Amino acid sequence: MSLTVLLTLLSHWRRKPGQLATLLIGLSLATALWTSVQAINAEARASYDRASATLGGGALIVLTDETGAIPIENWTRLRRDGWAASPVIDGSLEVGEQVFTLRGVEPLSAAGPQTPLGGDGPGAAFLTAPGVLLAAPETAEFLSNSSLDLPPVQASANVSRTEIITDIGVAARLLDRGDFIDIITIDPEARPGLTPLSELVPELLQSSGTGNGEVEQLTGSFHLNLTAFGFLSFAVGLFIVYAAVGLSFEQRRASLRTVRALGAPVSSVIIALLAEVIALALIAGAAGIVLGYGVASALLPDVAATLRGLYGAPVSGELAIRPEWWVSGFAIATLGALGATAQSVFKAARLPLLASAQPRAWAMASSRRYVLQAGAAALLFLAAAIIPNVSSGIVAGFALMAAILFGSALLLPPALALALKLGQIATRGPVAEWFMADTRQQLPGLSMALMALMLALAANIGVGTMVSSFRLTFEGWLDQRLASELYVTTRDEAQSLDVRAFLEARSDAVLPIWSADTEIESQPGEVFGIVDHATYRDHWPLLVAQAEAWDAVASGEGLLLNEQTWRRLDIPMGTPISVGAGDSLNLVGVYTDYGNPSAQAIIGLDALTRRFGDGVSRLRYGVRVDPAEAAALTEALQQNFDLPANGVVDQASVKAFSLSVFERTFAVTAALNVLTLSVAAFAMFASLTTLASMRLPQLAPIWALGLTRSRLARLELVRAIVLSLLTWLVALPTGLILAWALLAVVNVEAFGWQLPMHLFPGDWLRLAVMAALAAVVAAALPARALATRSPRAFLQTFAQER
Amino acid sequence: MLVKIDHLEKSYGSGEDRQPVLRGISLEIDRGESLAITGESGSGKSTLLHMIGLLDAPDAGTIQIDGERVSDLDDKGRAARRRSQIGLVFQQFNLVPSLTVRQNIALQARLAKRLDPNWIDMLTERLGLTAFSDRFPEQLSGGQQQRVAVARALATRPALLLADEPTGNLDEETSAQVLALMLELCADAETALIMVTHSIAAAELLSRRVHLTGGRLS
Amino acid sequence: MLTRIILAGLLLVTVAAPSLAQGFAGLGTRSEGFAVPVEGTEFTFPADHGAHPEYRIEWWYLTAVLQAEDGTPYGAQWTLFRSALEPEAGEGWSAPQLWMGHAAVTTPSDHFHAERLARGGVGVAGANAQPFEAFIDEWSMASATDRLSAGEDALSALDLTARGPDFAYQLSLDATGPLVFHGNDGFSVKSAEGQASYYYSQPFYEVGGTLDLPEGAVAVTGQAWLDREYSSQPLSENQLGWDWVSFHLDTGEKMMGFQLRQTDGSVYTSGSWISADGELTAIADGELTMTALETALVRGRDVPVRWRVELPTRDLDVEIEAINAQSWMPTLFSYWEGPVTISGSHSGRGYLEMTGYEPEGE
Repeated sequence: MSLTVLLTLLSHWRRKPGQLATLLIGLSLATALWTSVQAINAEARASYDRASATLGGGALIVLTDETGAIPIENWTRLRRDGWAASPVIDGSLEVGEQVFTLRGVEPLSAAGPQTPLGGDGPGAAFLTAPGVLLAAPETAEFLSNSSLDLPPVQASANVSRTEIITDIGVAARLLDRGDFIDIITIDPEARPGLTPLSELVPELLQSSGTGNGEVEQLTGSFHLNLTAFGFLSFAVGLFIVYAAVGLSFEQRRASLRTVRALGAPVSSVIIALLAEVIALALIAGAAGIVLGYGVASALLPDVAATLRGLYGAPVSGELAIRPEWWVSGFAIATLGALGATAQSVFKAARLPLLASAQPRAWAMASSRRYVLQAGAAALLFLAAAIIPNVSSGIVAGFALMAAILFGSALLLPPALALALKLGQIATRGPVAEWFMADTRQQLPGLSMALMALMLALAANIGVGTMVSSFRLTFEGWLDQRLASELYVTTRDEAQSLDVRAFLEARSDAVLPIWSADTEIESQPGEVFGIVDHATYRDHWPLLVAQAEAWDAVASGEGLLLNEQTWRRLDIPMGTPISVGAGDSLNLVGVYTDYGNPSAQAIIGLDALTRRFGDGVSRLRYGVRVDPAEAAALTEALQQNFDLPANGVVDQASVKAFSLSVFERTFAVTAALNVLTLSVAAFAMFASLTTLASMRLPQLAPIWALGLTRSRLARLELVRAIVLSLLTWLVALPTGLILAWALLAVVNVEAFGWQLPMHLFPGDWLRLAVMAALAAVVAAALPARALATRSPRAFLQTFAQER
Repeated sequence: MLVKIDHLEKSYGSGEDRQPVLRGISLEIDRGESLAITGESGSGKSTLLHMIGLLDAPDAGTIQIDGERVSDLDDKGRAARRRSQIGLVFQQFNLVPSLTVRQNIALQARLAKRLDPNWIDMLTERLGLTAFSDRFPEQLSGGQQQRVAVARALATRPALLLADEPTGNLDEETSAQVLALMLELCADAETALIMVTHSIAAAELLSRRVHLTGGRLS
Repeated sequence: MLTRIILAGLLLVTVAAPSLAQGFAGLGTRSEGFAVPVEGTEFTFPADHGAHPEYRIEWWYLTAVLQAEDGTPYGAQWTLFRSALEPEAGEGWSAPQLWMGHAAVTTPSDHFHAERLARGGVGVAGANAQPFEAFIDEWSMASATDRLSAGEDALSALDLTARGPDFAYQLSLDATGPLVFHGNDGFSVKSAEGQASYYYSQPFYEVGGTLDLPEGAVAVTGQAWLDREYSSQPLSENQLGWDWVSFHLDTGEKMMGFQLRQTDGSVYTSGSWISADGELTAIADGELTMTALETALVRGRDVPVRWRVELPTRDLDVEIEAINAQSWMPTLFSYWEGPVTISGSHSGRGYLEMTGYEPEGE
């Protein structure tokens, strides 16, 4: 019996294939966007796991040296004391246009099962000259076609696309590392050492952390943003589905009633409705997952490059099909479709048998409905205002965003109705008046699509603002860190003095970057000393600062604190801050220091050396020099001094690299933005097309009164543009609040620092144009159909009127 | 005795707006009989038909069909009797627009699991619908649509056919054709017919006639 | 002793493929480019106590029979293998040397073991001649220079340490006799095809020290035997495995003997008889017989843990029995190695080593 009802329900789609397409496309687009974001996130996480597995996995202690290079004796000393220590060399290998991470591992000491020697690994060849390079299949092919004189390459599925793994001896040779290594990893569980690390290798920095926790923490922000985007895209898609499901129910209302009158019980009708929606969800879900896979594989190389460039997190550019996002894709499609159908099922259950059999335009406008919607919106906004005060954490952040988004979406139809009513009062002339009234009458039919458009625009503004703000801030931060043209790290104090003298004769300024480990307000941290130089005054962005902050630092009385420490201490400017054992210094400013969990402060150089004397590490310098001469000076340095590997870093190339990474991030964001907007435009197109056929009786009298068909069609276009621009107006504040929530609430909750929000009005205007364009595209076909419709069709509406 | 109605009462609305529509109606219809119910608009004739068709439940009084007291059944029970014992023909035809003529005719028989293809073929042919069986309702004229509705209602060979102004949307000539066919087929299927109509001419074609005024029979 | 050739060679196999299913033949036959032992070569000490990278394989192999004050018998093993991947010399990371350490402590009820792998050239593992130290990670066998008198051989006084997840030991070894040279003045022929190695021992150690075991530290004393051997030529391919013993007899005499079990069912026996003052006499093929008396199930295989050993030319007819039948070394290449008691015509303590006993069905 349910089957008969189901077949009757399904027969509707045969007569209305466009509606079926809308429903399926909406649902699959929503699923696709969601799936692609999930797929990208899942792939990135898997890559981190793979990377940490090649380092040994588990909770490793990682030792590094501030000069960037560790003499091999340090590792030997640790082994001879009994520590399960393994050396790693990490460097960049340029092959043609591409740059790969060359990671040299020592397979005999590497902890964990994932050493390259296991299983089908290259075996002894890995250790014997000329060695073997292990690379992802794609990379392996690229490398073997290169003209460089490289060791034989072997493809391995366990290596990410941007990485090459080889024996440490091969890496040392290719990267010319001599007797230096980059990292020592220690598995503290494998063999408890006898002598404390601080005694064995006091000069090495210990980041006792979980192997990949750090990477995950750093990239967390990026993934959070992607997830937020996926979530928004899905919400947009859901509105389409909701609209399509609602419309199809209204159109089948009479048929359902007939079926009920002919003796089908309510239960059969509900079962049939649910079966239908689940079947559609499965079809659309599968299509969406396939589509999402396509989107993800198109975006992943850029995402991988972003993650690698920004955070040094190795992510493969290749997408594996993972069961977790298949499951999540189907789940989200089914849940979304069921959610959108809930109302229809509820209506079907209460469908009166004897109500008027007249077909009814679905969701008739009523001021009562608007008042209800506005009330619900107000409640959601109230919740949004309360959430940050009563709850914290990322979940609260997302709840806040959801409340803002859905509140704004609900507010949209009443706000549009109000705007049109005001417009109606303000306009003169019969056509304008009719236009306003008619548009207002159409609102209910379009409101779902407009809400979807609103969400897409708001997401666009919100995420765009966030990414752009992040970029501006990060660029500022790069400037702060990389204001000098060259950065030089020396091996020891003697070399340091020679290098300084050498540089002073050949550059505009030599800025010591000296530091000491100490306690800042009883927190372990690092203090840097700087000389008074325009470089800092001109380039270092301070989040908060007193007037004359730099003078105070130069005179040795003032201190700058990094943001994390400042937020933890929660203190006002001018507070005395204790640094080590000496007198306190006054807090005169706060600077951003992304990704650093420890306390850090900046004071005058003299103050530093006075306080810490021999405790100051005096190995590093920033060099100001005419950028045109930077390359020559680098070469001169390398010829005259035996500097450690990476001893000279040139600012321009680092900056250029960082910025190119951002361009890629933008490419990803822009692609997701365009996709989301397209989904919204499609929703509008679908709604306008459906309305077009139902609206003929309303247009016919106006046509009869003397408006030409082409004028009517133009008015339809104008209507779409007006509505989308009004929607954009509502989306603008929503998007900005969303951006604020992401930057000031979610980010602080997740990572402990706030990103300053920057506004980009140019982007908003561009978006307004895009919204108008989307409206024109969506309305073009229905308007064209109207303009070319035969007068007979208009006349028939008079005859057919019941 | 097919249908026995005893002191049936029904009101709509509540409180002060309460409008009594049926005020104690008693009526009996025999197997194979045909009965016309006439009356002014608002006299309660459609409401009475809905009660007999189990589309609605009375406030007081009883209805028995085939000796079973059906007026107290729940929604599920009423749906079951509706699909197996009763055929319905409405003024608005109420065909499912997305199903073909053939599918529309078979719809109730399928729901009732009483599909008899030979009988349906015979009905289709007798009602002159064979040529249109693959068309959709909107491609048919009003008279053709109503003939589809009649075929659908008779497809289960119900004991009782209820028709609510079946010719109200049709012109005179078409009305007469549809009515004649309906009576003829009811006779063949031994189906009792109760028809609500405001047309005296139509009412006179049936074997018996009752008139409803202000919710009472006269 | 041949175990050691295999073990050193297996470093290669280990690296080439962790699966050891291919068995002993995995040693390969490659010796091109490496130096080959030559009969009549004079040893030069202390230089020859250190590593010989020009030879393919080399080891420092020490076994100690120990007992606590309460009489409980223990055994200890300390082994360092060197295996050259290539004859070419290289420095730093490029040195083609692999090192493998095995250490074990056997008690009547437990057998603790540990294994270490390292590459040469970077100071993590190696064997220096002057002052003598063989080491891998924190494990060390080093000359105790403060206990050496002038002109004494560097191996005469040693400090020995090793550590595993559940045990550690620190032992002092002092030789009461001279180095002894097997075969023809240290040139030891290993097969009819003429494969040979340089092979000398110090079997006269008196030992004292501490075993750190899960139940606590145990002070022990006893005797130890150090083997030094290096070569480039692997074994013949027709050998299934072998049974090897070293005896510290109560008479002060020492004996080393082994039998090679060959694929055709025959055995090849060889060994050395060492008098209490250090005079060595080679034992010819067929002179020594070893008969398994009883097996025990060890990790799925039947391993003989009680033997009859007969050397009629010395009127020796003894039974040896494992102190702990489960003295299994489940290392990359696994084998049985543990202390035994000797009874019969002679009494004393010794070490037994057995390879080639595969699990049922393999």
